Amino acid sequence: MTAAAESMSGIQAPADRKAKAAERLRKRHAREARLKLSAFAAISISLTLLAVLVGAIVYKGLPGFKQTYVRLDVIFYPHAFFTPEETRASAKLSESHIVNAKYMKLARLALYSALNSTPKVQPKIPESCAEPDTALEKDKAVCARVNALLSRNADTDLLREIRNAPGLAGHTKSVWLLASGEVDAYEKGDIDLRVPETRRKLKDQQVNWIKALETAPDQRIKMRFNTGLFTFSDSSQPESAGLAVAITGSFFMMLTVLLLAVPLGIAAAIYLQEFAPENAFTGFIEVNINNLAAVPSIVFGLLGLAIFVTFADLPRSAPLTGGLVLSLMTLPTIMIATRTALISVPGSIREAALGVGASKMQSVFHHVVPLAMPGILTGTVIGVARALGETAPLLMIGMVAFVYRMPAGPLDSSTALPVAAFMWSKEPGPEFMERAAAATMVLLGLMFALSVIAALLRHRFERKW
Amino acid sequence: VKISILLIILLIALAVAFSAGVRRSTALAGGNRRLLHSSPGHHGTLLAIWTVLPALLFALLWPLIASAGMNAYIQHGWQDKTAGLQQGEAVLNMETVHTVAEGLRRLNGYDSKIVCDEEVYDSAGEMLQANGEIIAPRLERPVVRAACSLAKLQTASVVIHYGVTGGLILAGFVAGFLRIRPRLRARNGVENTILAGLAIASSAAILTTLGIVLTVLFETIAFFSREETSLADFLFSTEWRPGEYKFGMLPLLWGTLFISGIAMIVAVPLGLLSAIYMAEYAHKRVRTVVKPALEILAGIPTIVYGFFALVIVGPFLSRIFSQGISSGSALSAGLVMGIMIIPFISSLADDVINAVPQGLRHGSYGLGATRSETILNVVLPAALPGLTGAVLLAASRAIGETMIVVLAAGSAPDLTANPLKAVTTFTVKIVSQLTGDSEFDSPQTLVAFALALTLFLMTLGLNIYALNIMRNYREHYE
Repeated sequence: MTAAAESMSGIQAPADRKAKAAERLRKRHAREARLKLSAFAAISISLTLLAVLVGAIVYKGLPGFKQTYVRLDVIFYPHAFFTPEETRASAKLSESHIVNAKYMKLARLALYSALNSTPKVQPKIPESCAEPDTALEKDKAVCARVNALLSRNADTDLLREIRNAPGLAGHTKSVWLLASGEVDAYEKGDIDLRVPETRRKLKDQQVNWIKALETAPDQRIKMRFNTGLFTFSDSSQPESAGLAVAITGSFFMMLTVLLLAVPLGIAAAIYLQEFAPENAFTGFIEVNINNLAAVPSIVFGLLGLAIFVTFADLPRSAPLTGGLVLSLMTLPTIMIATRTALISVPGSIREAALGVGASKMQSVFHHVVPLAMPGILTGTVIGVARALGETAPLLMIGMVAFVYRMPAGPLDSSTALPVAAFMWSKEPGPEFMERAAAATMVLLGLMFALSVIAALLRHRFERKW
Repeated sequence: VKISILLIILLIALAVAFSAGVRRSTALAGGNRRLLHSSPGHHGTLLAIWTVLPALLFALLWPLIASAGMNAYIQHGWQDKTAGLQQGEAVLNMETVHTVAEGLRRLNGYDSKIVCDEEVYDSAGEMLQANGEIIAPRLERPVVRAACSLAKLQTASVVIHYGVTGGLILAGFVAGFLRIRPRLRARNGVENTILAGLAIASSAAILTTLGIVLTVLFETIAFFSREETSLADFLFSTEWRPGEYKFGMLPLLWGTLFISGIAMIVAVPLGLLSAIYMAEYAHKRVRTVVKPALEILAGIPTIVYGFFALVIVGPFLSRIFSQGISSGSALSAGLVMGIMIIPFISSLADDVINAVPQGLRHGSYGLGATRSETILNVVLPAALPGLTGAVLLAASRAIGETMIVVLAAGSAPDLTANPLKAVTTFTVKIVSQLTGDSEFDSPQTLVAFALALTLFLMTLGLNIYALNIMRNYREHYE
């Protein structure tokens, strides 16, 4: 058969053969180019998609790092702190005065005087609006609108001012106060003024007021860096919702993982790799670890719910409980990384140590483990980074509660960074959406920093045998 | 506070024992170190182990044992005391008893004596309130009585905790100190202790697996032993309405497979081709940049992908298809899950392709094959088992993925083949059943464990199969 084919081709003229060969070669090279091109296209598409992902998050999240503030000349009227009797007796400012003062009223009065001083604001806003409950019936609609310009948490800013300088009582100070979420959304261009007024959160009158503040001779409304994102607790008002509790909670959880999963995982891997006899049982452990690393994270959450919360009665939504769950989840990752690092240390190191009289333990802990340390550390950092971003198991153990109080220890209620992003992304409206994106960016930034640390560790200390 | 005091005591004991061991062994050697079997450092460490380890174990375990014992004692004694005090309607609430007992222990000795020893139970609430406790002023008498005995037990338990820990420290120190001889094999003792610790640590993985299987299995059995539920309905019914006790898992299974299928359609070609480019075509300099970048991307938390699907992809798709699919759709969840899996597949596949021996490629080039012919006809067939394993591992990951589908897939348990409609998955329903308001013991909550067991078994099957293929593959070329 082959011989017949050869004799067939032998009959053809040499020029014809050459042309056919050239044609075949061209086709083969075209096929080559096609594969190379499609492979290149695939990796370009993949990287582009991932870049789009990160870019979209950043695009959505950047506004969340800015926040609209209003500068108001707040007069700290003494009667906001003291009862008439105390004023007459010229009492001193005590802690209960500071806590119970009517800051909201002070902030509102300052807002009205700022608005009323501009010619654009007609009719003037009555001062009785500062306490809307006692305002005149005909003014109530206007009062509600003007009061909605300031954040409901603007009073905490004033409380802090007085705390820092108790002498302010009776004096005037120019203070940057949080604007409400609607004003913030308007400043960021999230409110479409072409929508009919009835279907808008911000009415025309309010827009006029904002414009009056914007065009005031000394610009009274401005976007500044949103420090509140990192210093505030969670809140039902978008402008005063922050990540402080979530970051603290995540910190405690990472601490738990570092103290529990890292030593345990490294110890287990050292035993399995260096000391364990090779038998069916250690083989079973090995299969077990590899499978455990691929178990869906949500299953770990159910384990945590059943064992730590229901059985061991640990508090729900506490960082310790979450940290324990994340530790169990990270354990296999750290074990596998450590074993890989130990395997890559050549046997000659062990043999040389044993040869000069070291015990097995000494050869491992004095020679093998230090040489494997860069790999172990890299694996550990990657494992911790993964634990930091994990959300699903934390939902299972109830870390979805609304927590206002800062957790003082790992047993207090708390949330976590990714969970905060999850909760905010389920809230309606663009204000919370941009904050969810900003929280995601904070998370991504931390993860990226950890990845860079891991990469640097590997690059700096990696050694080829 | 209690624990930290014990911790400080233990740390001091550790330091003292170590230096005592070093000194004693050096003194016994009398200047001639060669008389010692082990170095003074080993003697010191061994003495420290003898001193601290038993005490530490006791200090950690005693509170657990004691509180379990005390609770059992209080619960056991409750029945008789209610009868004796003629307050049969009082319900035992351990939480209240614990709060009251804590308050009693903070009371000054005279007051607590009045309440407990002279049995002035009725005024207990007021006295505690006066002492600044947040407690109801009217406490039922059996509760106060139980709290009194609990408070006494707790005081005793603290005394035992400190006393026995201290005793163990002393006893361990003395026993260890007396054992020190020049011929003592201190190093072996230290090493065996460390080895035992390492071996115990390595059982953690087994315990975790065991914990998963047992808890999930246990709760699943609890679910199926309810009369409202049956295994046949769970497996074969197409109705998922937990409110009406209809727990058919088929719609969830369909949704899970549908979304994972879309994800695999996106991820497998892109991931494999990317891996081929990285392993066979990419310049070394490109490789050193792109490979770590892909690994970083593989580590992006899934909540980020979920957010992306919810905020960008969902609205984008609904604008393209001009259908009301904003509440989530199989397509948006599947597409984004596909993007998530690309780096995972390409990273695994890259390793697999690299493991194919260079000799095979050289042989093929030597026969005159082009690079693409070598890849398609030699490298890929050789790598096929490993690539299959990588794809299966990715599939298992897609099936168990939670945050993307929770945010972007919707929650309608429909058996629809329309990718623009919302479907739901195992993981979505596990989350929604467990974060709902139902009681923990209700079938609506327990069904989450049945779903989790199904999910666990599905992914476990895939994982074992895939890991097995990949291990055989690697051994084949080693």
